Amino acid sequence: VTARRPTLDRALAEALIVVCVGSGGVGKTTTAAVIGLEAARRGRRVVVVTIDPAKRLADALGLTDGLSSVPARIALGDTTGELWATMLDTNAAFDAIVRRYAASEQQAERILANRFYRNIAGALSGTQEYMAAETLYDLHDDDRFDLVVVDTPPSRHALDFLEAPGVLVRFLDHRVFKLLMLPARSGLKVMNVAAQPILKAIGRVVGSDVLADAVAFFQSFAGMEGGFRDRAREVMTLLTSEQTRFVLVASPRHDTITEAVWFAQELTARRHEVNAAIVNRTQPRFGAITVDEALAGAASAAVAGHPDLAALWTNIAELRELADREDEVLAPLVEQLDGAPLVAVPLLGSDVHDLGGLAEIGRHLFSE
Amino acid sequence: VNPLQLTSASRVTIVAGKGGVGKTTVTAALARAAADAGQRVLAVELDGKPALAEVVPDVTVRTISAPASLDEYLRTHGFARIAKRLSTTGVIDVVSTAAPGIDDIVVLGKIKQLERSGEWDVIVVDGPAAGHAITFLTSASGMLDAVRGGPLRTQASDVVELLRDPQRAQVVLVTIPETTPVNEAIETAYALEDRVGVHLGPIVVNGVDPGIDVDLPDPATVKVPRGAVGAALRAAARYRIQRRVMQRAEIARLADDLAVAQVRLPMLATARLTADDIARLAAHLGGGA
Repeated sequence: VTARRPTLDRALAEALIVVCVGSGGVGKTTTAAVIGLEAARRGRRVVVVTIDPAKRLADALGLTDGLSSVPARIALGDTTGELWATMLDTNAAFDAIVRRYAASEQQAERILANRFYRNIAGALSGTQEYMAAETLYDLHDDDRFDLVVVDTPPSRHALDFLEAPGVLVRFLDHRVFKLLMLPARSGLKVMNVAAQPILKAIGRVVGSDVLADAVAFFQSFAGMEGGFRDRAREVMTLLTSEQTRFVLVASPRHDTITEAVWFAQELTARRHEVNAAIVNRTQPRFGAITVDEALAGAASAAVAGHPDLAALWTNIAELRELADREDEVLAPLVEQLDGAPLVAVPLLGSDVHDLGGLAEIGRHLFSE
Repeated sequence: VNPLQLTSASRVTIVAGKGGVGKTTVTAALARAAADAGQRVLAVELDGKPALAEVVPDVTVRTISAPASLDEYLRTHGFARIAKRLSTTGVIDVVSTAAPGIDDIVVLGKIKQLERSGEWDVIVVDGPAAGHAITFLTSASGMLDAVRGGPLRTQASDVVELLRDPQRAQVVLVTIPETTPVNEAIETAYALEDRVGVHLGPIVVNGVDPGIDVDLPDPATVKVPRGAVGAALRAAARYRIQRRVMQRAEIARLADDLAVAQVRLPMLATARLTADDIARLAAHLGGGA
């Protein structure tokens, strides 16, 4: 007896942005690609953004040169929609913003050449998240695409990108930032600023040359905060819109389900709706045979002198035992979802190597 | 492979692997095995999710967090007066930004301090995810390049010294027998040896089908009941055979590409690992794979 199985159909209808959220190693990037592929098959012009180079995904999509920060179109044969793929390049995205808001080319060059800038562009906590939000906004704005599917950084900080624009604004308002900006406003020299007690203390910890670079960076930043602030507000508005959908991705392990429940609670607390959850790599079930029935089958086959048949019964008992334990693991997530669909993708016999493999997963996520 | 080799080869064992491969499970099993062998064991967790204490109840577990370590570092290095002000004003963020990797270095510095204390025979660290493991472990050598002097440089060079001494530190990688995790383990192993110069201990292959070395009968040749039950028996057998073939191939490929000892841990049918499960896995390590 099969009830109508849960799918992503409704979660994706009329979506403009789909955000895949989950901990590392749960197949988030692959899931994003599968969603993109299926949406393209349904006529959408989709771009999938990955957070890392995802080489295996690039191979599966037939991109021999790998993913880059410039969207590449995937050959899909006769499909009305389009599928494009790109990856987030934090440094390139940050450089682009600096160029956009700089008052002059000289100001932009000064910032881009600064050693401290080169460090923060990749390393400032929240930079990657902020740039993910930025890139998302750009692609959403791009006329070539009508759906953006994005994967999020594989960490507990994955949701930071929802707040990253706000964090950046707060950082610009921070008094240390203002202190560092001071020379630009009052005509003080870098060295005089570095002589401020608190900065002097920082300099003693990190080294004075590092500090001098930092002060120089913030000085060259002067005048750009306004543009940053406005943009951050636009990005926040987009992320809270009705047509931005959130899909949780997990694997059937106690720790990743705990994370998924945590993500769901955090999203709800930020007034985002969790539209669906996908659990990858679940144990497949074969027929409706219970563990006890299978063990009884194995025992009677053994007694009847059919060891091979007994081995097949034992096998099904073992697989069913794994599947049953998994249901216990998934229970807290089912409860947290409060009626939103939970779609299970069974473990495949082999890895995903091509578009056909992605489409096979797609058959588990969507109705025919 | 003897479990004691796994841990006593080096005082500090950093367990690393892609998310979801069972890093914490392996950390716990290693700690359990070493404790059972009578060693004084410290298990270390790096992020805020306490998971170890529950599964190795009688082993000392410590959480080392970056902000707390940085604060402690500042206090013990003549910055006591400003330490509080630095953390309350958020200036710590600016410090970490100005010197990327500082978080990782103070954490590794704390581990080094514990190693030097002589209180522990074995320290097992539930390390960061594979991708971050490289950044984490290269933070110290990166700092040596970036900073010319000062207390942080001293700290960084102490950490580099620890990591490059096979008597004092090793990395144990954890993977599962599937294509992508095996690829990542191989890449991480090479990156760690080339870029960190850290000793690579045995690699742990987790989630292995307990019956991997047994062949199921060919389902096509078995006389099964008619109908749905027979079809299910055959489909289940075909699936299991396919999984075992894949696992064997991946285990063999890992052995070909990576010249380190392999330890296999079986997949357990359990909703949530308990202290008993960890004891079983630890015993399994002891039994030799």
